[in-house]
Amino acid sequence: MADAFVNEGLYDEEDSQRDKYLTFSLGNEFYGIEIKYVTEIIGLQPITEVPELPEYIKGIINLRGKIIPVMDVRLRFKKDFKAYNDRTCVIVVDIKDISIGLIIDSVSDVITIPAEEVVPPPDLNRGANRYIQGIGKVGNDVKLLLDCNKLIADDELELLDNI
Amino acid sequence: MANLYSQEPMIEMYVFETSQLIEQLETAILLSEKYSSFSIETINEIFRIMHTIKGSSGMMMFTNISTLTHALEDLFLLMREEKATHIDYGGLSDLVLESVDFIKVELEKIKNGDEVDGKSDMIITEINHLLKAARGDNASLPLEKKGAANEAPKFYISQSKKPSPEYKNTFKAVIYFEDDCEMENFRAYTVINNLKDITEAYEYFPPDIIDNDDTIQVIKEEGFTILLKSDKSYQEIHTFLSQTVFLKELELTELLEEDKSFQSLKRTPGTEGIEKPEDLRGNIATERELRDGNNHQSIISVSVGKLDKLMDLVGEMVIAEAMVTQNPDLKGLTLENFYKSAGQLKKITSELQDMVMSIRMLPLHNTFHKMHRIVRDMSKKLGKEVELEINGEATEVDKNIIEYISDPLMHLVRNAIDHGIETPKERLEKGKSGVGTLKLQAKNAGSDVIITLADDGKGLDKDKILQRAEENGLMHKPVEEMTDREIYSLIFLPGFSTKEKVTEFSGRGVGMDVVMKNVEMVGGSVAVESNLNVGTTINLKIPLTLAIIDGMNIKVGGSSYTIPITSIKESFRAKKENILTDPDGNELIMLRGQCYPILRLHQVFKVRSAVEHIAEGIVIVVTDGEKTICIFADELVGQQQVVVKTLPTYIKNLRKIKGLAGCTLLGDGSISLIVDVSGLINI
Repeated sequence: MADAFVNEGLYDEEDSQRDKYLTFSLGNEFYGIEIKYVTEIIGLQPITEVPELPEYIKGIINLRGKIIPVMDVRLRFKKDFKAYNDRTCVIVVDIKDISIGLIIDSVSDVITIPAEEVVPPPDLNRGANRYIQGIGKVGNDVKLLLDCNKLIADDELELLDNI
Repeated sequence: MANLYSQEPMIEMYVFETSQLIEQLETAILLSEKYSSFSIETINEIFRIMHTIKGSSGMMMFTNISTLTHALEDLFLLMREEKATHIDYGGLSDLVLESVDFIKVELEKIKNGDEVDGKSDMIITEINHLLKAARGDNASLPLEKKGAANEAPKFYISQSKKPSPEYKNTFKAVIYFEDDCEMENFRAYTVINNLKDITEAYEYFPPDIIDNDDTIQVIKEEGFTILLKSDKSYQEIHTFLSQTVFLKELELTELLEEDKSFQSLKRTPGTEGIEKPEDLRGNIATERELRDGNNHQSIISVSVGKLDKLMDLVGEMVIAEAMVTQNPDLKGLTLENFYKSAGQLKKITSELQDMVMSIRMLPLHNTFHKMHRIVRDMSKKLGKEVELEINGEATEVDKNIIEYISDPLMHLVRNAIDHGIETPKERLEKGKSGVGTLKLQAKNAGSDVIITLADDGKGLDKDKILQRAEENGLMHKPVEEMTDREIYSLIFLPGFSTKEKVTEFSGRGVGMDVVMKNVEMVGGSVAVESNLNVGTTINLKIPLTLAIIDGMNIKVGGSSYTIPITSIKESFRAKKENILTDPDGNELIMLRGQCYPILRLHQVFKVRSAVEHIAEGIVIVVTDGEKTICIFADELVGQQQVVVKTLPTYIKNLRKIKGLAGCTLLGDGSISLIVDVSGLINI
């Protein structure tokens, strides 16, 4: 009984977050990230650089006593580095118990994209869209839906490249 | 299953409380055993612990635990009420410790969510046996003791005894019966029975004369010892005892009032129990607190999660405070009062910060003293005599680390006694003292805590280790190329055990493996030194990953770094002409006749816009205990106590960064990276 009840509660919460995405812009593209991963959105904080890390990990920041790494998503996607300005935001996400800040150009808003509006990414040649789990259609716009797990997954090939 | 799940927080609380109580109990018993007497406070304490465990176990429906504790409670109730302190201490201690172990196992089961199915019948039977023996002369003790827990206060009423006056004199009598009188135990019982007429305050040894026929032998050999208090004079008592039938010899001595072994009798039986049974528990508690104020700190248990949260909040507050007092809006204003108040605020926040930091730190005291039990049990079972020496137990270590090292320590102690220390006979043959020594000590060394366990046993046998390693296919290197240290390290490999037989304590080759794993999990290391027939020393080097260190903050370019003060020898401004450059381009510096390499931090950590000219920066001489190098940085910022935080998991997963031990938050909220000196030296 207790189990069933607890599950129901979880289900409710999951349901209210389902199909909701936080959208943000990165250059010309709009991306969406599942709202359940997002902890908070903060302005850019002073970043402490840490040596020997891949270029896209800018360093660590102090989030109210908790130290989390920050990743420049632009660099992670092999885009050009763009100087940070006052629109630059850090989305703090919590993926598999790992907290990480994602530096992005600017956040837009939270939108609902029903599952039927999401199409799988086109099957391009290898690896090109490994961070995208789907493409959401919102009116005439298109949002690229990020696969968070892939974003933080250890990418050994890439590490080797960096050495 | 669903039921168990919904009770989770309660179970957690129960497990936590019970294990704490059990630990207290264990300590109390071991201490009493050392002095081979139970003081009235100890009995009260044990009784209280048993009562609490019984109650909560009953509530949680762990019947086997509650029945067991109930039985023990009965036993200690008897000791308390009837002053039946003549119980066989050794047997009692064994029994209580056995029960402690039983409860521990059950608790472990509860933690893992397994069925709590242990059978405590055996122990209970033994307890009842002892109880019966202890009652001996007092078989009429109220039997309603078996009643429910809530009625317990009732039992404090001792059945027949009136408040009796303090007796003036204390005597010790040893009675020897005639060799052929037979049934010594009943003779002794008669003496006790007669004694009841003149005093109510007495103890005797051996205690279980009625139920245990073995006592006959004891009485025959050592005589029958009675401790008694009475108003009567020496002469009167002597005459009284001399009337004993079959008496061969009587030794009667008058004891000083303060004699420890008879302390329990100073409190006359039943006084408080009869007057105000319902107040008793409160009284005991306050009394105990007063008396044991030194050993019992008033403790409140808080979850570590909350402490972490508190620490983060305080960190936030420090930053907020800096933001207020150094607010750009205040520039150019003369605000005398404001700065006064701000100064006050700063003082309080920094004090608060210090306090929060110290809360997480625990001395190694408990972990170390747990070993007493292991040493006791093992030496008893293996017939070895081992003395445990503990040093530096006040060394403070973060709570998390304590949890990690407690298991490895236990394994090491077991191994040392089982494999290391020889039997008294062997030891004497080797010209050592019959009693083996085990030294357990902890000390701070740089940014590490070093825990050393040294035994004076037979040492490690290199050939045997190599042979065993070969048999088990653990060799990865030709023997000739291995250093002693490498050979000794083989014992930490999984599946290695030199003991021919698997004993109760060790020999399965599991323990040492666990040691290595746990220590490595907190980033520590294990080193073994050994001399054949002289002993083995095992050093656990545990980093203070979460601990507080004194750090020197330095600046390199725009980044802050913190170097543990303990590894700094000195710092100075170098002159260009003192610098040498070797053909490989490495910089060296001469310092009082010694030559040290210079490590430019900005090069190692690839920091931009740092000071490059050697005369403009500062040279810091650091050492890891073996090697010394000079670190070149821009400037020293200042000394500060910092809490070492690990780098975020994500970064740790990505790569292990050499030369960085972690990071810390500075007072202004910025992050400083903690330099791992030995990592830098070995880069």
